[in-house]
Amino acid sequence: MSMLLVQALNGLQFGVLLFLVAAGLSLVFGVMDLINLAHGVQYMLGAYVAATLGVWTGSFWLGALLALPVALLVGLALEWLVFRHLYRRDHLAQVLATFGVILTVEEATRALWGSAPQTVLEPSGLTGGPMGGVEIVPGLLYPTYRLVIIGIGIVVPLLLWFLVERTRAGMLVRAGATHPAMVSALGVDIRRLFTVVFAFGAMLAGFAGALASPIFPVAPGMGDTVLILCFVVIVIGGVGSIRGAFIAALLVGLLDSIGRAMLPDLLRLLLDPSAARQTGAALASMLVYIVMATILFFRPAGLFPGGRAA
Amino acid sequence: MTAPFRKTFRKHGLALVTLLALAAAPFFGFGDGFALSLLARAMILGMAAVSLSLLVGGAGLVSLGHAATMGIGAYAVVAFDAAGVSEGLIVFPAAIAAAAVYALVTGAVSLRTSGVHFIMITLAFGQMAFFTTSSFSSLGGDDGYTLYARTEWLGSRIMDSRLTFHFLCLGLLALVWVGGTLLLGSRFGRVLRAARENPQRALAVGFQPYPYRLVAYVMAGAVGGLAGALLANATEFVSPALLSWTRSGELLFMVILGGVGQLGGAILGALAIVLLEETLSHLLVYWRLVFGPLLVLSVLFLPDGLVGAPLRLRAAFRFASPKRRSADA
Repeated sequence: MSMLLVQALNGLQFGVLLFLVAAGLSLVFGVMDLINLAHGVQYMLGAYVAATLGVWTGSFWLGALLALPVALLVGLALEWLVFRHLYRRDHLAQVLATFGVILTVEEATRALWGSAPQTVLEPSGLTGGPMGGVEIVPGLLYPTYRLVIIGIGIVVPLLLWFLVERTRAGMLVRAGATHPAMVSALGVDIRRLFTVVFAFGAMLAGFAGALASPIFPVAPGMGDTVLILCFVVIVIGGVGSIRGAFIAALLVGLLDSIGRAMLPDLLRLLLDPSAARQTGAALASMLVYIVMATILFFRPAGLFPGGRAA
Repeated sequence: MTAPFRKTFRKHGLALVTLLALAAAPFFGFGDGFALSLLARAMILGMAAVSLSLLVGGAGLVSLGHAATMGIGAYAVVAFDAAGVSEGLIVFPAAIAAAAVYALVTGAVSLRTSGVHFIMITLAFGQMAFFTTSSFSSLGGDDGYTLYARTEWLGSRIMDSRLTFHFLCLGLLALVWVGGTLLLGSRFGRVLRAARENPQRALAVGFQPYPYRLVAYVMAGAVGGLAGALLANATEFVSPALLSWTRSGELLFMVILGGVGQLGGAILGALAIVLLEETLSHLLVYWRLVFGPLLVLSVLFLPDGLVGAPLRLRAAFRFASPKRRSADA
């Protein structure tokens, strides 16, 4: 039972990270109709920059904070160099050009940091000793840092919701998503709006990467895994819907974590141990996709269809 | 040249010339083992790219998971090998059928969506196949499986000769290309194209696009399976990396680099990408630092691909030359 609780918390924390990446992806798609495969690259860069700056400054949190402007700048640079020229092109061209960006940036990462994973220690004060964990049920410690991530993951979506639903900038973003030509005709510089939204999404992904750096191996391919799961999140949640993305991200995170922990054990009731381990591992990594296929079969537009009118 | 012949040549000339060059290559300096295995890889990937081009260019279905069908074909070969079966008459049909069944099941779900959803879902299914193959611990799991003997045909080991294998791949590539081109020109292909151009109008005329698209998707999957079975024989090694999503991206690139409008473009694109990768990776350690930007630039500046490049140049030239313009007017 306590095992299930720990896995559920791990799943929540993974889901929250997925949301931070998927939110940017969904916003960029919703507002600009741009499918950006290179969004995972921002997540990866966030992790690398946080790792390096964390060592330089001697503080994990300082490194993670400094990763934000770096991710923002890289996002702006990429938007200026590549993505800006893709808004009017079809999705196919967007997929391919952003695929080229992934190859380039991942190779640059390999050249700069090497192929071996970087190790990042969980921030001091939150790790080791009695400070290392919080007793969630009697006799069970759960790492404080992971709880902090869950906390951040609850605060950021609320801020995002406020920003999109209750501010003037958010109103423009929503209007730009459904009626870009009309917004432009009303005198809003839609180009600048695009750039701002893009940079903001890049920053969120970079932040997620920085938060994830002590938990997951920081390696060149880390962005791809997250990116593909984020696509699953967006497809399940409904393209362009922030609320859908949040619920789907938690669902995917929970399914993935609990599936990986429980399926091999469950199958052991039916099969012999080695077969159970093999089938269980395969089923667990497929679980998310099976759920996605099932949801799509009944609701092709996702759980919360929204976004573009055109 | 008579007019219809000229028209055909203009449309398919580049692909024909490429195929002829591939046929002549072993006798003009590309006959050594290294060059032949490189060309074989290019032709096999070209086959997969042609089948993907049928989907992308013909039906307007941008699949980002086509490498999975290739991987399934390749894994069928090694699965039979592990079971001690290497007879081509069993292995190849099974590989093709396995890939076709995968395409049927995933296509039935994916084709309910369109546009970006379709791209993401095919990607997700491709990823699913990738994780499945890496969990096959009896076939090497993540480390892959080395194929010690190529597939036999009625007990004879004809595929062991690199030259025979070269022409086998070339023949199949030509067959896939001609078959695909005829298919696109047929009534079936016209329905596909109509549904791509305007699904609502196609529906109004009385064609439900879904079954046509599904059949095309399964056919492309079957060709992908064939290419995978050949690739397993060409490289004599199969690993989950074959199904990685970057491989699907690469296939898509071959299609686009060649030019979406014509199936033959995919052959040219495959050849260009394989040769470019090979050359760059010999010259540089971090060769993708050059390869990646080249891909981005080709998307930005060659929207019609390599096949369209001469026409584009000619159009630019015609526009620049006032004499020709006034003559046309």
